[in-house]
Amino acid sequence: MSSTTVALQERSRTSVYVHAFAGMLLRDARVIVREIFPFLTRTIMNPFLFTFVFTYVFPKIGQGFNIPKPAAGPAISFATILVPGLVAVAMVFQGISAVALPLVNEFGRTREIEDRVMAPVPVAFVGMEKIVFGAIQAVLAALIVFPFVIIIPSTPVSIHVSNWPLLVGMILLASLVSGALGLVIGTTFKPQQIPLIFSIIVIPTTFLGCVYYPWARLAPVKWLQVLVLVNPLVYMSEGLRMALTPELPHMSAWAFLLALFGALALLSYFGLRSFVRRVVA
Amino acid sequence: MPRPRTAKTKPRDPVVTIENLVKVYPGPGNAPDIRAIDGIDLSVERGEIFGLLGPNGAGKTTTVGVCTTRVLGTSGHVEIDGLDVRKDPARVKLGIGVVTQFNTLDRLCTAWENIYFHCRYFEMSHREAKSRADELLQQFRLSERKKSFPDELSGGMAQRLQVARSIAHRPSVLFLDEPTAGLDPQSRIALWEIVTDMRSHGITVLLTTHYMEEADQLCERVAIIDHGKILVCDTPANLKKRLGAETVIDLHLDRPPDGLTSRIKRLAGVVKVDPSADGLRVLTKGGGVVLPKLVNAATRYGLRDVSVAEPTLETVFISLTGRELRE
Repeated sequence: MSSTTVALQERSRTSVYVHAFAGMLLRDARVIVREIFPFLTRTIMNPFLFTFVFTYVFPKIGQGFNIPKPAAGPAISFATILVPGLVAVAMVFQGISAVALPLVNEFGRTREIEDRVMAPVPVAFVGMEKIVFGAIQAVLAALIVFPFVIIIPSTPVSIHVSNWPLLVGMILLASLVSGALGLVIGTTFKPQQIPLIFSIIVIPTTFLGCVYYPWARLAPVKWLQVLVLVNPLVYMSEGLRMALTPELPHMSAWAFLLALFGALALLSYFGLRSFVRRVVA
Repeated sequence: MPRPRTAKTKPRDPVVTIENLVKVYPGPGNAPDIRAIDGIDLSVERGEIFGLLGPNGAGKTTTVGVCTTRVLGTSGHVEIDGLDVRKDPARVKLGIGVVTQFNTLDRLCTAWENIYFHCRYFEMSHREAKSRADELLQQFRLSERKKSFPDELSGGMAQRLQVARSIAHRPSVLFLDEPTAGLDPQSRIALWEIVTDMRSHGITVLLTTHYMEEADQLCERVAIIDHGKILVCDTPANLKKRLGAETVIDLHLDRPPDGLTSRIKRLAGVVKVDPSADGLRVLTKGGGVVLPKLVNAATRYGLRDVSVAEPTLETVFISLTGRELRE
């Protein structure tokens, strides 16, 4: 046996994998730093305009939503309802634009993913790195969006975090689900179908993700209340609602945690399987 | 320089071993399955430049795909440096470099970053990766374009960068799939020099090509592949010697050569007669004596032109398959 073979077989598998994984994260980080302006724009624009129009302009021009006053405690502004929802949307949107859109192109047009596929790791690791990096960007998106949704509204925003571990855990879990969703979408669609991603995934997910209303308030439209349960964004919004605005109605912790862990497992499984199938013929 | 050896000689230190490899792709719709590779056996020895020569669709890319872990063989066994590509693809990838037919350069990274990050995927520290990227860009005459993005490079430069990147982690085997397809003649020659130079770095090269000049010039051994099968495997010189002919005479005719073929076959010095696009291709031996006789016989078939050349690998391919490589 040659010396090269011995050297290959003696190298620590863990060390090789960790280095390759870190190298890919480093590459993605370099690209994001270079493209910081597009990154910030796509992160900020939607929540900024949404908050600006609905919670600044609407109250100023006397147009707005009638939020039912709770039986006990002070009235809750629409701005308050929006905070957890818009943070959740920003994360999901980031997962799609950070993972899915580049992947669709890398697979379909340039095939530049090949170099990372040839890194000395099992192919699924390359997909996992995509999920993790998508999650990192989703966390950044959440952090960037927070000040906007709190500062811009002209009506009072009432937020209090009574359970920090819940908030941190929710953001981490939601960011991983966003990354995994991005991987599923990125390995499923072809480049010419990118506009479809927006019309059949991004828009319905956002509008039916309990972003602008708590899930419990959908009770009068029972069929819709049941239907939206397939949308992972519902559980992110509800989980963040419990963490940030606990006075609003929200699902119980076991329900959204179970659903999000389930979604993470399913999306990761299908995303990685589809990634490996796209790469290995 | 390794000695030329025949295919029957067992290589002493095989670095790529392919045994009875089969790859079947399901046919589209109700179409029958496609046997892209139909039982290939091959051994590539350490340090040699080995060529897989064949027309498009012969199974070259699929073979390289299996060797580089990107295609799963249907049956058979492939080892790289003693490692099974199916059982341990991650470890196999540590020891191989790959340049596919496509430009797979990372479009969002500069030329320098393409090599730098590649090194980082292969366990190199920041300092090592940095100096390796500088060194390779210089070696491949790309230092001035280190900050260019792949889309700003010419085809030849992009291909050089891909080769530079593929050897950045010092692999023992380099797979080049149609490395010069689509390159201008100057870039092609530049790339040939680079490939020849691999030998001095101790890198084994397995390249695929449908350019017979490329296989002839670069490769110490060539396997001719068609319809997923290896037809012959030997040094280019031996392959040409097998023809038993010294000269290839192409007779370009205005009229169909009915009856001419059998007449020519009877001439002394004629080894083989094959039909060509506009006449006949005649393999001959025994010096130039036969040429006047051929011209004489072909005149009444509207002989328009005669070309005389030494046998090439293309001639070998035609004599094996009855088809031209570029068909």
